[in-house]
Amino acid sequence: MNATAFDVAHMLAGSVVLVSFMMLYQDRLLALLNVFALHAALLSAAVAWQATIQGAPHLYVTAAIALFFKAMIIPAALHRIIRRLGIHREVEQVVGTGITMLAGMGLVALSISLMLNLTASADALAREDLAFALSVVLLGLLMMITRRNAVSQVVGFMSLENGLILAATGARGMPLVVEISVAFSVLIAFIVIGVFLFRIRERFDTVDDSALERFRGDVG
Amino acid sequence: MELIVALIVQGLQMLLVVAVAPLLVGLVRKLKARLMRRRGAPLIQPYRDILRLLRKEVVLADNASWLFRAVPYLVFAATWVAAALVPTFATGLHFSWTADLIAIVALLGSARFFLALAGMDVGTSFGGIGSSREMMIASMAEPAMLLAVFAMALVAGSTQLSTVAQFMASPHVGLRVSLGMALVALIIVAIAENARIPVDNPATHLELTMAHEAMVLEYSGRHLAMIELAAALKLVLYVSLIACVFFPWGIASGTGSAGAYGLGLLSYVVKLAVGGILLAVLESSIAKLRVFRVPHLLGTALMLGLLGTLLLFVSRGL
Amino acid sequence: MTVAGFNAVELVLLVPAVSAALLAILPGFRITAWLNTLAALLTLLAALSLFGAERPAPGNYLLVDDLNIVFIVLNTFVGFTAASFSASYIGHEIETGRLTPVYVRFYHAMYQLMMFGMNLALVSNNIGLMWVAIELATLTTVLMVGVYRTPEALEAAWKYFILGSVGIALALFGTILVYVVAQPVLGEGTAAMVWTNLIARAGEFDPALLNLAFVFLLLGYGTKVGLAPLHAWLPDAHAEGPTPISAVLSGLLLNVALYAVLRFKLLMAAHPEALAPGPLMVGMGLLSLVFAAFMLYRRRDIKRLFAYSSIEHMGIIVFAFGMGGTLANFAGLLHMVMHSLTKSAIFFSVGHVAQIKGTQKVAEIRGLTQSHPLLGWGLAIGVLAIAGLPPFGVFMSEFLVVTSTFARNPVLALVLVFGLLVAFGALLLRLTGFLFGEPTGELKPARASLLPLYAHMALVLIAGLYMPGPMVDWFRAVAKLLG
Repeated sequence: MNATAFDVAHMLAGSVVLVSFMMLYQDRLLALLNVFALHAALLSAAVAWQATIQGAPHLYVTAAIALFFKAMIIPAALHRIIRRLGIHREVEQVVGTGITMLAGMGLVALSISLMLNLTASADALAREDLAFALSVVLLGLLMMITRRNAVSQVVGFMSLENGLILAATGARGMPLVVEISVAFSVLIAFIVIGVFLFRIRERFDTVDDSALERFRGDVG
Repeated sequence: MELIVALIVQGLQMLLVVAVAPLLVGLVRKLKARLMRRRGAPLIQPYRDILRLLRKEVVLADNASWLFRAVPYLVFAATWVAAALVPTFATGLHFSWTADLIAIVALLGSARFFLALAGMDVGTSFGGIGSSREMMIASMAEPAMLLAVFAMALVAGSTQLSTVAQFMASPHVGLRVSLGMALVALIIVAIAENARIPVDNPATHLELTMAHEAMVLEYSGRHLAMIELAAALKLVLYVSLIACVFFPWGIASGTGSAGAYGLGLLSYVVKLAVGGILLAVLESSIAKLRVFRVPHLLGTALMLGLLGTLLLFVSRGL
Repeated sequence: MTVAGFNAVELVLLVPAVSAALLAILPGFRITAWLNTLAALLTLLAALSLFGAERPAPGNYLLVDDLNIVFIVLNTFVGFTAASFSASYIGHEIETGRLTPVYVRFYHAMYQLMMFGMNLALVSNNIGLMWVAIELATLTTVLMVGVYRTPEALEAAWKYFILGSVGIALALFGTILVYVVAQPVLGEGTAAMVWTNLIARAGEFDPALLNLAFVFLLLGYGTKVGLAPLHAWLPDAHAEGPTPISAVLSGLLLNVALYAVLRFKLLMAAHPEALAPGPLMVGMGLLSLVFAAFMLYRRRDIKRLFAYSSIEHMGIIVFAFGMGGTLANFAGLLHMVMHSLTKSAIFFSVGHVAQIKGTQKVAEIRGLTQSHPLLGWGLAIGVLAIAGLPPFGVFMSEFLVVTSTFARNPVLALVLVFGLLVAFGALLLRLTGFLFGEPTGELKPARASLLPLYAHMALVLIAGLYMPGPMVDWFRAVAKLLG
């Protein structure tokens, strides 16, 4: 594997991590969706590049799914939902942007040092890919924790899934079954979420799940 | 003989930056005016302004201390040295061993420190607001700059600007996402440090929005001339810094021939002009941020610098 | 046993899959409820025949061994009884109008799909396939939890979905890491995800990365097991969904996730230099036990009460498996079976009680022995059994866990006994409230299917009094397998 191949892989995967960060501090839903679309598009490019350098054509399918499904269809659909719900207002964050970013930095540093220490024997490409993937996964988790709004939690979850796909493509020759199932599970997840959003909308006129908390059976 | 030539070239560089600085400011102003369909002042207007200010009498507040009078010269000297250290048309000049990124950051930091002190010296509220805002911006811009510098230093293996520039010009660089992040971080820092539009407006005296201008409001005459020249030098410094690190094309190396120096000079002028044009377009196309949003922008730069540094650890052999 | 060319393993998977498709298109809730029960019965029969049938050689995808037969038979048995309970429960829900026929059709299809997912997870020989199957089972239960569409049900389903997804994502990351560890040894492709290959060559893997993988897997699947501190979804999901689903969640889905944890624990144990998984599991188990035991005192919702009890018992089971050794594993396995049977029986009775009284609030359920003696005493037996009183099977298994721990680590045993006693007190306190006092709510006798309830309790009682020899041998063999 030549150095340029590695550099391009590094650049694409690194950009995915960067865009994960950008998602952390987007405080408007529509902007968040646009950034997510970018995240998915970059992921698709990263996967396609892995397909090229690994000589694994089936990964192109994963890349295509990421591009068309995650970067186009889902953001468009969520755009529609947001418009129909009429929530263009700001996302309420539980924690401030600064603290979130610092926490995110800590997570990235943690995952990089963890992976570098643990995967000393693996080849360089897989190492950096896993380190980046773990960062994206942890950042997705962080986003789900710091957001209260159902739509942004969903976006956080999907960015987490993107990290998983990054990890799966970085692992050489991982069977196709898993990749397609990952993409497929996202599809299912989306349907579920769509149904839920619809129902939540029906009941409360809001998708802010802190409004849901008070219905909890134990309190009353 | 060689030593004399080297010293002359080095002296040329020092004179070059100070000579070209007002021109760059004039260019940016002219372009902004044209973009707003005004005719604008001629390119050499900043020179005229500075000369006029030098001739004028200095008006001092009654309670101004010696510090207030010394600061303009200190600021000018520190900024000039910093600007002269950055390789412009050639790397590896006689004093290039002093051209260390950390040293430049430190020089700029001390200039800013004195300026902020002077802003508070007279005791007007404007000066105080200006100083505190400048310090708020600096408290985020400086770490961001240092992190971007770290990212570059890790790639090039040195904080010496000449070495960095030579490394960047060599084919070993490859594609580095960290460098892209450092570039963006550095551009944001440059905009903030030079009090340019999304952060501050160099052309306004509107009290609510001023940061840098509020601080120097009390200065007049030759003091103001020094400060204006220092501000122009700072702009040149950042443009040359970004140009020499990220776009080191055409730059002559240490002991080049006269032809190489000429080519380097030509490419440097072109780079400055491109920088000025981009800055003018940027300033004309976006609105100023609220003061309280500025930390977000600088936080972005800080984050990019940090991320760039972190990502380097997983890249190919640092 | 082969039917129409399919062997028993394939039947265990095919019957639920086909019936899920059938149930999705058939109208009429009576026929679908009946068909649902029938399908569950057929699956149970297929599972039982696994005992006698010749086992197919482990392939790239499916595997039958001593360990998973126990899980499959338990799974399909409770699946069957819960389906027959569900038939009468759902009838009542339709009469009161809480569910419309369309939703019932959806519910039944999802029920079979969930059974398919769980069975697939249990028989899979491929860690990727196992992950997919557990994900499928989770998604279907999410949909069923939200089926009432009340704000509470939606909140519960949403919380379950979000936490479950996080868990499943962590588990997938762990799975990918296992593949990354195995790939240099086993080569690229499917081979490096096949369970039997992994365990055979485990000793050659890189231990550091394997440790990391296990941490992710334990956290990921541990979320599904309902281990503290990742349990937040469990009480809500149990309380707000239809009661048959509460029974299935507690009795089955938790076990399936536990099965996944056990599989990976075996993998860790097969590597001499890897982290010992025991202490982690012991810690999480004890934490869940003590935490849930205290939470029992403050529950005001009857289904939530028993949901916390499930967390407590999963804690005990994980603790036992974490301790390891043949005796503790035996106890853990037995406790898992006993807990599944007892807890689903309790949910069967609680479902009817809540329907009759029209409420799930603990304070408003009084005097069951006077108004509905059969149901009330059924519930009483269940609660006494789950609280760990002799002569029921739960007592037996708890006793074994405690004694085996005392012999090896008295301090841990003290914590364990403390947690058990706290939980015991809470349950008995609540039970007297349910059974005695002035009856509240509806007094007229209700149509309830008591057969599944009493059948489960009879099994638990028999297990407490006398365990048949072959069964003991079987469990002992499995316990030895678990190391």
